[in-house]
This record gives sequence, C-alpha cells and structure tokens, in this order.
Amino acid sequence: MTAIRLPARAGLEERVGRRWLVLLAVAAAAILWVVFRGQMTLPHNDDAPIFRSLLGVREWAEDNRQTLAPLREGIGGLIDVFDEIIASLGWPGVIGLFTAIGVGFGGLRVGLLAFLGMTALGLMGLWDASMQTLSMILAAVVLSLLIGLPLGILAGRSNRLSAFLSPILDVMQILPTLGYLPLVTAFFFIGGPPGVVATLIYAIPPAVRITSLGMRGVPRTTVEAAAAYGATSRQILTKVQLPLAWRAIALGINQTIMLSLSMVIIAGLIGAPGLGRLVLNALSKTQIGTSFQVGLAIVILAIVLDRVTFAIGERLDPRSRADAASRQDRRALRWGVAAAILVAGLAAPFLIDAVTFPDAIRLSLAEPVDTVATWVTDTISPATHDFEAWVATYILNPLDTILLDAPWWLVAAATVGLAWFLSGRRPAVIAAVCLGGIIVLSLWDHSMRTLANVLVGTSITLAIGGALGVATARNARLRAVVRPILDAAQTLPPFVYLLPALLLFGPNRFTGIVAAVIFSIPPVIRLVEVGIRAVPATVVEAATASGATARQLLWKVQLPMSLQALLLAANQGLVMVLSMVVVAALVGAGALGYDVITGFARGEQFGKGLAAGVAIVLLGIMLDRITQGAGGRRRAATVRAG
Amino acid sequence: MRENRLARWAGGIAMVAVLVAGCARSAGSTPTPSAGGGGASQSAAAASASAGASQVAEVTCKGAGDKGTVKMMVNQWVGAEANVAVAQCLLQQMGWKVETSTLAEEPAWQGFDTGEVDVILENWGHPELEKHYIQDTKLATDAGPMGVTGIIGWYVPAWMLDQYPDLADWHNLNNHVDLFKTPESGDKGQFLGSDPTFVQYDEALITNLGLNFKVVFSGSEAASITAFQNADKNKTPLIGYFYDPQWLHNEIKLTQIKLPPYTPGCDADLKKVACDYPPYTLNKIVRTEWLNSSGDAATFIKNFKWRNEDQNEVADLLTNKKLSGEDAAKQWITEHPEIWQPWMP
Repeated sequence: MTAIRLPARAGLEERVGRRWLVLLAVAAAAILWVVFRGQMTLPHNDDAPIFRSLLGVREWAEDNRQTLAPLREGIGGLIDVFDEIIASLGWPGVIGLFTAIGVGFGGLRVGLLAFLGMTALGLMGLWDASMQTLSMILAAVVLSLLIGLPLGILAGRSNRLSAFLSPILDVMQILPTLGYLPLVTAFFFIGGPPGVVATLIYAIPPAVRITSLGMRGVPRTTVEAAAAYGATSRQILTKVQLPLAWRAIALGINQTIMLSLSMVIIAGLIGAPGLGRLVLNALSKTQIGTSFQVGLAIVILAIVLDRVTFAIGERLDPRSRADAASRQDRRALRWGVAAAILVAGLAAPFLIDAVTFPDAIRLSLAEPVDTVATWVTDTISPATHDFEAWVATYILNPLDTILLDAPWWLVAAATVGLAWFLSGRRPAVIAAVCLGGIIVLSLWDHSMRTLANVLVGTSITLAIGGALGVATARNARLRAVVRPILDAAQTLPPFVYLLPALLLFGPNRFTGIVAAVIFSIPPVIRLVEVGIRAVPATVVEAATASGATARQLLWKVQLPMSLQALLLAANQGLVMVLSMVVVAALVGAGALGYDVITGFARGEQFGKGLAAGVAIVLLGIMLDRITQGAGGRRRAATVRAG
Repeated sequence: MRENRLARWAGGIAMVAVLVAGCARSAGSTPTPSAGGGGASQSAAAASASAGASQVAEVTCKGAGDKGTVKMMVNQWVGAEANVAVAQCLLQQMGWKVETSTLAEEPAWQGFDTGEVDVILENWGHPELEKHYIQDTKLATDAGPMGVTGIIGWYVPAWMLDQYPDLADWHNLNNHVDLFKTPESGDKGQFLGSDPTFVQYDEALITNLGLNFKVVFSGSEAASITAFQNADKNKTPLIGYFYDPQWLHNEIKLTQIKLPPYTPGCDADLKKVACDYPPYTLNKIVRTEWLNSSGDAATFIKNFKWRNEDQNEVADLLTNKKLSGEDAAKQWITEHPEIWQPWMP
C-alpha cells in the first residue's frame, strides 16, 4: 500500500489553546510598541568603534601581502597559460574545439549548439572579451576543482570534516563578495588573479558540497560488499565510490562553472579583463542595449559550457555503460565527425587570419533593444513611478516604522518568539545569537531597514513565483514556453536589468527590490512546479473522481501535499533575495548594501563595509534557519493507507 | 569495453593534436590579445608605416617601432575614457604600446606599488592617497594638471529654475521642502546622493546649513544619471549631487545651486563644513619609476593638457554618438591639431 504523507494535525484543544496564545502575544507586542515607541532604537553611528578596529584587518593584510606573492604569480601564470592556448588556437580553432567536443560527447545537437553559440559571440563583436573571460573562468574552475573535489571526497567519508566545513562553506557563499573584496585586493592586487581568487571563494563550496553528497549517496551495502571481497580502501574509492558518485560530481563541476560565470562582473570591478568590464562600462554610460548584448554573451557562454560539460559528464558516466549494440556505429560516426571538425578548425589558421574575428557581419542587438527600451520608458514611466511611490508609501514605509521606531529589545523578542513558534527552539536560539551579533556590530538600524526590504522582496517573489509555479505545473504548454526564459533569467547577470529598473522606477528601495525579485523568481517557480507535479497522480485522480473542482484540488490536495517543496521554495527565494542586497544598493536600496559598497569604494570605510557584510550573513543565517525549520512543527507523519 | 578504448583513443589523439597545433602556431606568429578598454580591441601592429599623423589625410592610431609599454588606468567614467582614448592613440603613433585597465580609484593607486599602473590621467583630489603614495613612499609623482577643472556641486534640472527662480539661492531651499519630498525621505525633502566612490559630504552640509533635507544615496553614477534624465523628461523635482565634466551635460540642461562660496580651509573639518565643494584642479599621477625611465612617453604625459569642453566633446562621441575609443580619438585628432601638437615631445 502506498504511504501518503499528510500534515500532522494537532489535537483540537491544543490548536485552540495555541491560537489564544498567539493573539495574546501579538496584542502584548502591539501595546509595548505604542508605549515605548521611539526609545532605545539604536540609531546608526558611522563612527562606531568596531568599524575602526575592523579597518585594522585590512591594514594587516596590506602589510603581509608579500607572503602570498607566489600564489598570485601562480594564478597569473595559469591564466596566461589559458590565454596562450586560446590565442594559438585562434578563433577557428576555439570554435572547432568546442564544436568537436560537443559532437563527440553529445551528438549533433550539442555540437550545433556549441558552434552557434561560440560563433554568435564573435558575430556580436565580443570575441576578444569573451576569450579573456573564458581564460579566467577556466583558471578559476580548474583551481576550484583541484581544491574542491578532494575536499568533497574527504568530507563525504568523514562526518567530522563535513560538520567542520559546513559553516565555513556557508560563509563563503553568503558573505557578500564586495564586503571582503578589498581584502582580496590587499593580498592579490588588481587584475586577473584577484578576480580568480574572488571567484574561487564563491565557486568552491558547491564543488565540495555536491561531491560530498554524491559520495554519501553511494549505498553502504555496495561499499561493504566490495570490502567483503577484499578491496583495499583505495580500490573502494576509485572503483566503487567515485564511479557511483560520478553523476553528483559531474553536477558539482557544472555548478562550479555556472557560479564562476556569475562572478564575471564583480571580477571586472577589480580590473579583470573581459565581458564583466564591458557590462560595467555600458552601465556607466547608461546604455541599455550594449549592457543587454554583453549580458547575452555571458548567457551564451554559460549555456555552451553548461551543455558541453553536461554532455561530457553523461558520456563518461560509468553507469550508462550499458550501450545497445547500435550505439557503437553512431559512436564511431560522432567521433569521426568531431575529428574532422577539429582538424578543420586547427587547419584554418594556415589559410585565413585566425587572430581577429572577421567583422564582415556584425549582429547588433544594442540598437533595437535601446529603441524598445526608450519607447517603453517614455510610455509608461510616469505610471511606473507613481506605482513605486504608492508601494513605498503604503508598504515599505509602514514596515520601516514598525521595525525602526520600536525599541530594539521588543523587535528582538518578537523575532525570537516568532522563530520559536514557527520552527522550534534551535532556530530561536540562532535568531537570538544573530540579532545579538548585529547589535555588537553597531548595525541595528541599517539591518532592520535591510530586513524590511528583504521581507517585502521575498513576499513578492513568493507570491508571483508561487502563482507562476502553480500555473506551469498544471499546464504543459506554458511550461515549454517558460522553461527557456527561466534558464536565461537565471544566468543573465543581474547588473543587466538594473538599468531598465532604474528607468522605470528611479533610484530607491523599491527598485532594489524589483531587481532582487527578478533574480529570485526563477528558482521559486521551478521548485513550486516540481513540488506540485510530485504529488502522486493517483491522489489527484482520486480527488477529481470524488468531485473536487480545480480550485479545491489545488488548495486542499496539491498544496498541502507539496508542503515541503513549498517551504524549500520559500527558503530559496529568501536566500536569493538576500544575496541581491548589495546589488540592490547600486540602485538606491541603501542600508547594509550601501555600507558594503562604500567599504569597497573608500579605503577608510573598509571596516564598516566588512561589518555590513557580516551583518548580511547573520541576517541570512537567521532567516534561513527559521524558514528551513518552519515545516518542523507540522512535519508530515507518514500515514499508511490501508 | 571496446567502445571505451575507442573513445579514449579518439579523445587522446584530439588532445595531442590541439597541443601540437598550439605549439606550432605560437612558434609561428605572435598574436597579441590586449586588455582593451571600451569594447574595441586595439592592437599596435608592429610593422605599419605612418608616424606623425598631422601631415597625413587619414589619421591612424598605429606607429612604427616598439619603445615599450605604457600601462594606463582608465577611471570608470566616460571623461576618463576620453582622456585615455586620445592619449593612447597619440602614444601608439609615437611607437609605444598601450595597455589599459579600468579600475576604481583606490585599487588603481595600489598599482603604483606593483608596477601594474603607470599613469592615471585624471585624479580628483584624494589627499589621503596623495599623502601615502606621493609624499610618504614616493612611489608616485604628480605630473601636473591635466587642464580640466572638476566642479562638484548641488544640481537641479534647468526647468526648475524657470519655474522657481528663487531656488538659485540655497537660503530658499527650506521653502520648497514639500516639492522635493519623496517616500524615501519622509517629512524632509530628498537630496539625491551618489556613488560612494565619489567624495561627498552633503549630509554634513545639510546639517550645518540648517536645511530640512535628507540624503538618499542613489548608489551608482548610472542611478543618479537616470534620475536626472527622468526629472528632466517628466518634469519631476530633483536636487542632487552632480559634477562637471560629465557627458550628461551635453544631453540635458542641469543648473548648479549656489551654496556659500568655497574658501581655502573651509573644508578642513568635514563634520563642520558649510561651504561649497572646492573646484578641483584635476591632475595626472604617474609611477615614479616609469617617469624616470620612459623618455618621450613621459614627456608627452607631462605635456598632456586640455579643457573641459575638449573632454566633453570626445565624451559625447563616446556616449551619444557611440563611437569606439579609437574612432572617437581619430576624429578629434583630425579636427584639433592645434590642441594636441604642443604635447608632442
């Protein structure tokens, strides 16, 4: 009999009692708010002593930079190696190589995609910049994997190492790069190497985590069986665990590449050459069309690398060795074609100029995009500005007032209480510790402002993402249309839609929220869709057979049964919005994000910038633990039917 | 298992082929990927003919000889790109190779220490960096003014002064608080601050001048620019931090509000400042070691000097006319020999 998960329902008396308690708590909080309004609000002090002491960290880094000089030389050398290889291949060679790999490992479709993608980069006039970015990405990925894969394998076998690494990896991924970027430049100066280092810090965690997960996914019985047959530890690793974990490892490699690409623009801020730099240039000239075109180039590069590495991963997967006989012929054909393409690409430089991509044809999306953008903004910008003013006045400002006019202890107590109610004791303790940390960092005022923005942003993301997720779950055609848009939206650098957002809404908190929402919606849509579609078809049929309408089906059956997925969607939406806090400050969101970019821009403010980055991490951990644990109270009790 | 080996051999041969081809190619010719600023790839070809473009009808940014490399830093604004575009073109004509890197101001000065940056053509103040790098460690040298005067101040779209002429004097700002109120500024009028990279002390000014305004930071230059563009187009009120030279002035009209005039020393304590921003004599900073060892390039840089309107003209070509750095430089060089010829050593 199938076991069906239903949310556990507490007893009737318990539920009623809890409701009264909640009402009482809310009433008490409201009264205290009115009574103590405006007192003990911990207003922002730009000269807080802790900022000055954190500044010392950077000075220490600058004094000690010589120790890391060899590392810098090494990374610079690695980038140069890739530069040289790409330069000697020339554009026909690079296109030929990618196409050949695509055809060889993935067949005609992947090869065609690779060919079209790489050629498009050249046709848009972005070949040189794309190759500079490619060198940097390759260097970063190689180093990430060199460090991350072994660590992941070790973490997969050792619980202690895994527990030790987990918070470190968390921080590496959540701490805003701009917060610690001055430290990176203090040690590694400017140019390609610090760009690679900043990318490493962001891209190693998925390599470690996913590899570790893959290792742990190998069934214990299989490992024991191998041991029983007399396999040594090394043999178990190389012949059993790695092959079986290959899928996960391939995914880890793929994620490392994707995350490295998302760091391209930040690397541009510290002088790394390539596409990131071009986006920043276009932004400073407020050229929407150019920034969109370069952003598109980054997306194309991401898609090509993604599909090609995915194909390699699939083809090398030991588990799919069970090939039908007919595949043998196709394999020979594929590799034959691949070899021919490769030879053509390598031979071409002897016949034509392989250094500069020919400019006979040029694809320019910049002008049409500019025209459309100008027309749209001219038409609707008065209306969008009014809308922004309305949201800011009736939603953002009241929320700010509630959080900021209240004494700090009231807000802290309410948050801890809410955490306890929603998720249990441990998240409540973590919430208390994080809030305490924020107070110690002298960033209470700005953190509350950022919290307000994040809450509004997350709510909007979940509302729209949830609705769209439900829609795509139920409509296959919509799904097919939306999927490529979501793919592109997830890889398009957020910097690209900053300009349109600014033109429509002006520089303020709302615009920052809009940028964060656009960035965070795709994963929410995906998770909600997956969750709803995972509800067993039998249950859906039973419900419709019993006469449920479409609405009842959704609200009474599908949503409750996909609760875990919905909570995960909420959690991910929150984390993604939080990760946009710094970028949002570039369009007027202020608060912690602005502190971080100030710390990066002005040396004497580095302490405040780093402190703000840590405060963002603390908020992130607190909100993450609360939303992750929110399902705990109502965790499904498995009910066996029949 | 046969397929395994076949695939592996094919892959191995492919890899070897790539490496062999790579070595053969790099032994043959030397392509030069350069770190280009602004989008167009610039390569100084070693062999082409023309030097000294003033007599030739077709201006080109290539020159004969290979005297070495000049590493120029391009600030993240268009005016700086204009400076570098023209300087790069002329230096290349003289036979130098130019590498550009675009950086924020702080990291750029660090380049004087490592040798990654030789020249910053446009420096706005930064007394703390000048003290450390020029006076204390002598890693950098002030190469004189570049001729442009930087003006920072409080600007409003010009239409506001037509409608509210008394805005021209800061004393009357408090009478128009309602005009400038936004949801971001609550009960006070909004003053739009800018990118944190820029030197700003408007919060102190507002407090010390007793104005009922609140500074809201736009966060980036692009944000401030779009705000002023919108204020001009849709006739919405806006007052904010802005500056000249900036390409926006070629597109819309912005007028500066008069604050108490600057007197030397009035900005000594940035908490008590109550006067307008000083006019900045923008200067050139060069790496001391480079200055002493780079012959005519160093002389050229020391001579480089042009006016606000010259820089604005090239900046306009770069933004509104969407020319590449090289094309904009060629056009300006063709049209203004009287300005750049005195720079040549």
